[in-house]
Amino acid sequence: MIENPILTVDNLSLWYGKSRALHGITLGIPEKKITAFIGPSGCGKSTLLRCFNRMNDLVDDVRTEGTILFEGASIHVPKLDVNALRSRIGMVFQKSNPFPKSIYENVAFGCRIQGINRRHDLDPIVERSLRSAALWDEAKDRLHESALGLYGGQQQRLCIARAIAVEPEVILLDEPCSALDPIATAKVEELMLDLKSRYTLVIVTHNMQQATRVSDYTAFLYLGTMVEYGETQRLFINPSKKQTEDYITGRFG
Amino acid sequence: MEKLQRHFQDQLDGLSEKVLVMGGCVEETIGNVVSALVGRDSELARRVIRDDEQVDRFDLEIDQLGMEILGLHQPVARDLRFVITAMKITNDLERIADLCTNVAERAIELNAEPQLKPFIDIPLMARRAQQMVRGALDAFVQRDAAAARAVIAMDDELDERMEQVFRELLSFMTEDPKTTTRALRLMFVAKYFERMGDQATNIGEQIVFMAEGRVIKHPAITADDGLSGTS
Repeated sequence: MIENPILTVDNLSLWYGKSRALHGITLGIPEKKITAFIGPSGCGKSTLLRCFNRMNDLVDDVRTEGTILFEGASIHVPKLDVNALRSRIGMVFQKSNPFPKSIYENVAFGCRIQGINRRHDLDPIVERSLRSAALWDEAKDRLHESALGLYGGQQQRLCIARAIAVEPEVILLDEPCSALDPIATAKVEELMLDLKSRYTLVIVTHNMQQATRVSDYTAFLYLGTMVEYGETQRLFINPSKKQTEDYITGRFG
Repeated sequence: MEKLQRHFQDQLDGLSEKVLVMGGCVEETIGNVVSALVGRDSELARRVIRDDEQVDRFDLEIDQLGMEILGLHQPVARDLRFVITAMKITNDLERIADLCTNVAERAIELNAEPQLKPFIDIPLMARRAQQMVRGALDAFVQRDAAAARAVIAMDDELDERMEQVFRELLSFMTEDPKTTTRALRLMFVAKYFERMGDQATNIGEQIVFMAEGRVIKHPAITADDGLSGTS
């Protein structure tokens, strides 16, 4: 269904210890589109998202089966540089997590890890990233002040700027707006729409209206299985599975 | 959660109820107007014209309620299709009622002159239009696409009968030009009932969309452009 997906998940299963969290998920993530994962708490949507940049490696006792291809190559090969993978597939979390550093240093952080240290190189990256994250105007006069002085919505956009700075191809967003008020949410959503011309975005959201507002494709997960996946407008106007229908119309979940 | 769900369901039920009452009104109006015509009862015809205001009132109330549900509950999937359908078929019902007032106006004009001929096909057309409206309302309540398609299939008969009325009235007019005024008025009446069938067909198509998520109107375009909603 998805032509030339940037990420291809094939029959992916995942266990936390003995408990199975994902059951044979198969789907393709289209390039330069926004794909939303929806479903009730515990359905596996965040777990699936975290598979894409192998964040689950950081959790003890996790075992996966099945394959994930990123631009056609498996992300599970033994020699893969996971840090390099995570710079190509960036992530933004539910709770904004700026480092206790200046705004500038937050954005520059990933670049410094990659060995880019000269102001001459960093300045344009920081400016470009903050502009892309629609934060430049608010931050340009306080670049060297602590990032912790920004308010919630700004902090979240700073985290997006930090993710963009290393020029990833994919940005994973795990409920990026759940701690934000409606105006800050709208800014992040607008930013997402801006970003999709250059990046592939995958978002986990509890807010179905958010999925309908921003995403091009939606996957509905339930109890670790993918019930339905398709174009957002079709899924929300005429879902093909009764479970999807019941969930999105609020009849269960 | 449950309470919220019930509140929402109550609103949907309220909308459905209003559409049904409005539809019942329209169905009755078709019956009244054909009685006024056949029974040459101008008083009844005037009542049909007066009663149209009630249908218009329903039209406004349903628009209002539908907008409230859309604005406050942001329904999706079958609920969204249901609300959209209720709001769209209301337009068609309102239009059918308007056509009834048109028939009533012609009836009053016809009653001022001697009857041209016995009524045969026109009452049959009226009954068929009425059956279509009733069938469409049943299909709406039951969310029954097959019943809606059955309503659509009934429209052909109305078209054929109108042709028959046309041929018959044409023969009156050619034989005796003095009948032209009355014959033309009757031709309008036949056309109004035929239009009611078209409106009921629209309702049927909309109900298929509601029940199946499939767009069946304008097949030439929807099939080519992938607008049928089944892709």
